[in-house]
Amino acid sequence: MRRKENIFKNIDWYLVITYFLLVIFGWISIYAAGYKPNVSSIFDISQNYGKQLIWIVASTVLILIILMIDPKFFSALSYTFYAICILLLIGVLMFGSEIGGAKSWFKIGGFAMQPSEFTKIFTNLAIAKYLSSININNKKKYPKLKIAFIIGLPILLIFLQNDTGSALVYLAFIIVLFRDGFFKNTIIIGTVLIILFIVTLLLGKILILQILAGLLLLMTFLLLKKYKKYKKTFFKILGIFAICSVYILSVDYIFENVLQYHQRTRIEILLGKKTDPHGAGYNVNQSKIAIGSGGFTGKGFLKGTQTKYNFIPAQSTDFIFCTVGEDFGFIGALTIIVLFLFLIIRIIILAERQRSKFSRLYGYGVASILFFHFSINVGMTIGLFPVIGIPLPFFSYGGSSLWSFTILLFIFIKQCSKKNELI
Amino acid sequence: MNRQTNSNRKFIIIGIFLFIALIITLKLFYIQVIDKSYKLDASNNVIRHIRQYPARGLVFDRNEKLLICNKPSYDLMVIPNQISNLDTNEFCSLLNISKEQFIEKIEKSKNYSFYKPSVFENQISNKTFGYIQEKLFKFSGFFIQPRTLRDYPIAIAPHLLGYVGEVTNNDIKQDKYYKSGDYIGKSGIENIYEKELRGKKGVKIILVDVHNREKGSFNNARYDTLAEAGRNLYLTIDAELQEYGEKLMLNKKGSIVAIQPKTGEILAMISSPSYDPNLLIGKERSKNYNNLLHDSIKPLINRANTGLYPPGSAFKPVNALIGLQEKVISPNTKFSCQGPESTPIKCTHYHISPLNLRQAIEVSCNSYFWNVFKNIINNPGYNSVRDAYCAWREYVLSFGFNSKFNGDLFSIRSGNVPSADYYDRIYGKGHWNALTIRSLAIGQGEILVTPVQLANLATIIANKGYYYSPHLVWAIDNIYNKYNIDKLKHITKIDSVNFEPVIQGMYDVFEKSEGTAKWYKVKDLSICGKTGTVQNPHGKDHSIFIAFAPKDNPQIAISVIVENSGFGSTWAAPITTLMIEKYLNKTVKRKNVEQRIIDGNLISEN
Repeated sequence: MRRKENIFKNIDWYLVITYFLLVIFGWISIYAAGYKPNVSSIFDISQNYGKQLIWIVASTVLILIILMIDPKFFSALSYTFYAICILLLIGVLMFGSEIGGAKSWFKIGGFAMQPSEFTKIFTNLAIAKYLSSININNKKKYPKLKIAFIIGLPILLIFLQNDTGSALVYLAFIIVLFRDGFFKNTIIIGTVLIILFIVTLLLGKILILQILAGLLLLMTFLLLKKYKKYKKTFFKILGIFAICSVYILSVDYIFENVLQYHQRTRIEILLGKKTDPHGAGYNVNQSKIAIGSGGFTGKGFLKGTQTKYNFIPAQSTDFIFCTVGEDFGFIGALTIIVLFLFLIIRIIILAERQRSKFSRLYGYGVASILFFHFSINVGMTIGLFPVIGIPLPFFSYGGSSLWSFTILLFIFIKQCSKKNELI
Repeated sequence: MNRQTNSNRKFIIIGIFLFIALIITLKLFYIQVIDKSYKLDASNNVIRHIRQYPARGLVFDRNEKLLICNKPSYDLMVIPNQISNLDTNEFCSLLNISKEQFIEKIEKSKNYSFYKPSVFENQISNKTFGYIQEKLFKFSGFFIQPRTLRDYPIAIAPHLLGYVGEVTNNDIKQDKYYKSGDYIGKSGIENIYEKELRGKKGVKIILVDVHNREKGSFNNARYDTLAEAGRNLYLTIDAELQEYGEKLMLNKKGSIVAIQPKTGEILAMISSPSYDPNLLIGKERSKNYNNLLHDSIKPLINRANTGLYPPGSAFKPVNALIGLQEKVISPNTKFSCQGPESTPIKCTHYHISPLNLRQAIEVSCNSYFWNVFKNIINNPGYNSVRDAYCAWREYVLSFGFNSKFNGDLFSIRSGNVPSADYYDRIYGKGHWNALTIRSLAIGQGEILVTPVQLANLATIIANKGYYYSPHLVWAIDNIYNKYNIDKLKHITKIDSVNFEPVIQGMYDVFEKSEGTAKWYKVKDLSICGKTGTVQNPHGKDHSIFIAFAPKDNPQIAISVIVENSGFGSTWAAPITTLMIEKYLNKTVKRKNVEQRIIDGNLISEN
C-alpha cells in the first residue's frame, strides 16, 4: 500500500483547495439558479443541481485516478491523445447531435458528451510536447508552421461544428507561445489592428482616416527639418499609414462579409451602436439587471428575483455568474474573481518553478485556458464582451465541462508534485 | 531560445491578466454599487412583463358599415409563488367558483410555472372585474391582463367572417409570434387575413412590490414597446343584402351567392342553416361550439363554398354555348321533343315542338339539350368521341368549374368535371360514347359544382364571356388595390356573340308564357335566369336557380340552392328574384312572395 500514501505527496494543496472552493460555490449557484420551492431534495437528479452533484463526485474519482498515474504517461502519449481527439472531432461532425445550434455532441443514452471540451487538454499536451522537443541540439524545420497546424486543426473542426465560442478558446494558446519566445512584434501589431477595427466601427472610417492623415502631416512637419537624418523612418511611417488606410477601408467588408449576422449584432450591441433589449440584446440586458440589482451585498441566497423568474436564458450554464452577482452581490462576485486570479497566478508561479520545459509550458496552457474562459464568460454577463457561449470553469453546469477542466488542472498538479524530475 | 529574456515575459502575462481582471472588477463595481438604474427596490420589487395586446383590425362591409369590432375583456392572471396569505374563501366567492375549482386551477398554473404568469380565469365579467380591481391588493400574486374580444354589431355572415380562438401548440410552433394564450383567426376572413388583422403585440415592463402594487415603469419605459393595432378590412359584402338573404333562407338548407359581375366582388354569401357569430366568443365559446358541431343540421358547414351539387338544368346554357362555339348548332337549329316519352332522356313536360335554342332554354327542354350534347360529342371535326369529350371538358373548365379560383376564398372545394381518363377507367377505353354519358347533357351525373361556381356561371353569361375570380376583400386600411385585378380576370373559350341567344332564352324564362319562372317576374326589372332541379337520391330534389340583372347592364349575378325543396321554380326562383329586387330597388314590393318564403320551413318537414 505504498502507492496510496504517495499519491498525495508533494501536491500543491493551495490549488486543490481553491479548486474545491470554486466547485462548491459553483454548485451552490446552480442550486440557486434551479431552485424551486416544491422540489426539496438536493439529490433530485431530475434537476440540474442533482445531476451536477453526480458530476462532482465523478470528478473526485477522476482526480484520484490522475494522481495515481505516472505523469510521464501523459507526456509520452501526448500526440496519441491529440490524434484521438481530432478523430473524435471529425466523428462528431458526421455522427454527432445538435444541441443549441452546435453540432458538437455525442449522445449516448441519456447523456451528451462534447469532445471539443476535452480536446483543449490534449491540444495543450501536444503543444507542450512539441515545443519542449525543440532545443539547440534538436532544431526542427518550420516550427511555426507545425505549431500553427496543431492549434489550427481543432479550431477549424470546431468552427465546422458551428461552435464559434469553443473554437475561440484555442486563441488562449497564443499566451503559451508568447511565453516561449514567439512573437516579437506580432502582439503589438495584433493589438493595434484590433483597436483600429473597433475604433473604425465606432467612429466611421472617414473620421479615422482624417485623424491618421492629421498625424501624418504633423510627423512630416516635425521631421522636415532633419529630413536627411530621418529619411528612412519617414518612408516607414508612410508605409504604415498606407497599410493602415487599406485595412481601415476593408473593415466594413470584413464586418459585413466575414462575420455572421448574429455575431455582427452582438458586437454592434456591445459597442452601443444598436439597442435591441428584446432581441439579441435581451440576454445581456437581463443579465446586467440581475447582476446590477444584486448591489454590494446581494439579495441573499435564493432571494434573487431575476434569476428565479427565469428571465435569463442558460442561467445555470453560460450565465451562471448572474446568480452569483444577484444573490451574493459585489462581495460574492469579487470573491469569485479573487479565487480565479489566485488559482491562475498560482499556476503560473508553479509553472515557472518547473525544471521540465514540458511541465512549464503545459502549466501556462492551463492558466491561459482558465483565464480566457473566466474573463470572456464574466465579461459577457456584464456587457464587456460580446455574447460567446463558453462556460465558466468549475462553475457552469455540465459534466463535460467540469470533467475537462478538472483533468486539465490535475494533470498539472500531478506534474508539479514531481517537479524535480525531468518529465 | 534565450530562456532568461523570455522568462521576463511572465510579468507581462501576469500583468495582462491582472489588468483584465481589474477592468472586470471595476465594471462590476460600477453596475452593482454605483449605477442605480439596475437596482430594484430593497423590498424585493420584481419586474413584470405585461403583454400589450393590440386591438384586432375592424371589418367593414362594402358601404363601410361595421361588421366586426372589439370589446374589452379581462383575464385574471396568477404567479403561483407570489401568492401569500390568500383568503381563499373570499377569493372564491368573488370569482363565484368552488374551492375544488380553485385548487384545480392553481395546480394547473403551478404545473406551468411557479414564476411565470399564467391565466387563472379568462374573460371575467365586467362586474367581477370591478370587484377584483378594488380588492386586488389583498390577493398578492394575482393581476389583471386586459385584452379584447370580437364583437358583432349585426349578427350576420358567421361562415364568411369566421371566428377567433386561442392558439394551439401547433400554431405556436409554426409562427414564433404567438405565445400561449394568444388569439388567432380560426376560420373565414379572420383566418385568411390573420396577418393583416392581428397587429403587433407590445410589452410593458412594470415594477410591482410584494403587495402586488404597481410601482411604475421599469427604467422609464425605455424597454417598453407599444402595441400596434391591426389593419382594417373592407369587405365586398353588402351587409343589408346579406342580412336579407339570411332572413329568406331561415329554416331552409342551402345557400345564396351574389356577385358583382363587373369585378367579381362577392355581394352576399349565405349558407343556411346559420348561427349567431356572437355564440363563438366569450366564456361559453367552447360549449356553444360543441353544440353547433354536433347539431344534426350542421350549421357550421359553409355550403356556399363547400357544398357540392350536380348543377342540373342550370348547366344547360353551358352546353348551348359550347354547341354554338363548336358550330354544331345555330340559334335557329330546331329539335323535336315528345315530352315524357322522349328518349333517351325524358322531358319533364309537354311543350311546343319542334323548338329552337331560345325556346329550349325558356322551357328547359331535356330532349333539345340531349341533341346539342350528342352533336358536340359526335362532332366529326374530332378524331374520336374521346377527343370531342376532352374539348368539351376544356370549355367547361374555362368557366371556372373544377377550380378553386385565385381570389381570397377560403376552404373552398373545387367540385368535379370528370376527365376522359375517368370514363376510360369505368367503361374501358373506346367503350363509351355520348349515350353513355348523356346525363351531362342536363347537368346530372358525375359533374359536381359549388354554389360559388354557379354564381360565377351567371357572371360569365352576364359579362358575355369573362369573369373575375370571386373575392371578398376590396380594401385593407386605405390600400384599395390589394389585388392585381388583371390577375383575377379569366376569359372563357366562348365568343361573346354566342351569348346573345342564350341570354335571350334566359330572359324568356321570366317573360314568355311558357317560361319556367314567369310567376316571379319583377315589374320594371329585366332579369335573366335559369331554373334547375337536381335529382337527389336521399330525398326531395334540390331546387336551383341562377340569374343576373338587369339584362343590358348587369349589376348582380346570383345562384341560389335550396336543398330538398322540389322544383327550381318553387323556392330557388322566388328567392333569387327577391334578392335581385332588394339589391337593385333597395325595397321589395312583392310582400306576399317575401312572406311566403320567410315563413317557409323546409327543415322540420323532413
